Amino acid sequence: MAVDETQFHVLAVDDSVIDRKLIERLLKTSSFQVTTVDSGSKALEFLGLNDGNDNDEDVGVNLIITDYCMPGMTGYDLLRRIKKSSCLRDIPVVIMSSENIPSRINRCLEDGAQDFFLKPLQLSDVNKLRPHLMRT
Amino acid sequence: MDIVNQLQRQFIDHSTSLHREGIVDDQFTELQKLQDENSPDFVVEVVSLFFEDSEKLLNNMARALEQAQGVDFKQVDASVHQLKGSSSSIGAMRVKNACIAFRSFCEAQNREGCLRCLQKVTHEYSLLKNKLQSLFRLEQQILAAGGSIPVAK
Repeated sequence: MAVDETQFHVLAVDDSVIDRKLIERLLKTSSFQVTTVDSGSKALEFLGLNDGNDNDEDVGVNLIITDYCMPGMTGYDLLRRIKKSSCLRDIPVVIMSSENIPSRINRCLEDGAQDFFLKPLQLSDVNKLRPHLMRT
Repeated sequence: MDIVNQLQRQFIDHSTSLHREGIVDDQFTELQKLQDENSPDFVVEVVSLFFEDSEKLLNNMARALEQAQGVDFKQVDASVHQLKGSSSSIGAMRVKNACIAFRSFCEAQNREGCLRCLQKVTHEYSLLKNKLQSLFRLEQQILAAGGSIPVAK
C-alpha cells in the first residue's frame, strides 16, 4: 500500500466535544490526517495498548496531542503510559491546557512531552507541530 | 443587489456590535477563519455543539446547587470549569469571564454567591445564544439572496 509520505497522522485526545471539533478542523486545515478520541483510555486502546499489553502493531500515528485536564486518566497520566511503552515511547506527545500553570508545564516537559500549548489552540500552534513529527 | 447589500450591512453591524460589546472576542474570528469550502458550516456546527453542551452544564450546576442535603461544590466547579473551557474555545468572552468569577465562589463554598453567579452566567449565555442565532439567520438570508458573507478581518 502506497503511503502518502507528506500526510502525517495525529491522534487528538480531549474530553470536550467542542475542543475535539476545533482541533480536528485546525489539524485538517493544516493537512494532517486526524483521529479524535475522548479519553486517555480510548487513546491507549487506539494505540494498541489493551489491558497493559504492549501490542507490537504499527499504529501509524505520528504525533499525539492531548488535553491535560480530563476525568479518569489525565493527559499527564497518558504521557507517562506512552513513555513507558517500548513501542509507543518514540511517538511525540504534545500537551494542551486551558490553565497556565508553570509547574504543570515543566513537569510535562520534563517527563517527555515535546511541547505544551495553551488553549484555545491557534493555527500558529498547529504550525509548530511539524518539526516534532515522527516519520514512521 | 440592493437587498444583498442591505443584509450584508446588517451582518457587519451585528458582527461589529458582538465584538464591541465583548460578547465575543478574537477567538470567534479565528473560528470564522477556519470555515471554508471544505467545511462550510463549521462555525454553526461548533456553536451548536456548544449550545447543547452548555445547557447540559448549566442544568448540572443548578441541580447541584439545589441539593438540600449539602452542595457538592467540587461538582459545581467541575461543570463551571468545563463551561469556562468551551466558552473560551469559541470566543464567548462574557460567558467565560462569568465562569471565572463563578469558580472563586465555588472555591469559597459560598452557595449564595454561586447562585448569583449561575444567574449571571445563564444571562450571558442566553444573550450570546440570541445574538449568534441572529447572526446565523442573517448569513442564511444573505446566501439565499445570492450574496456572499462578508469576511471577518
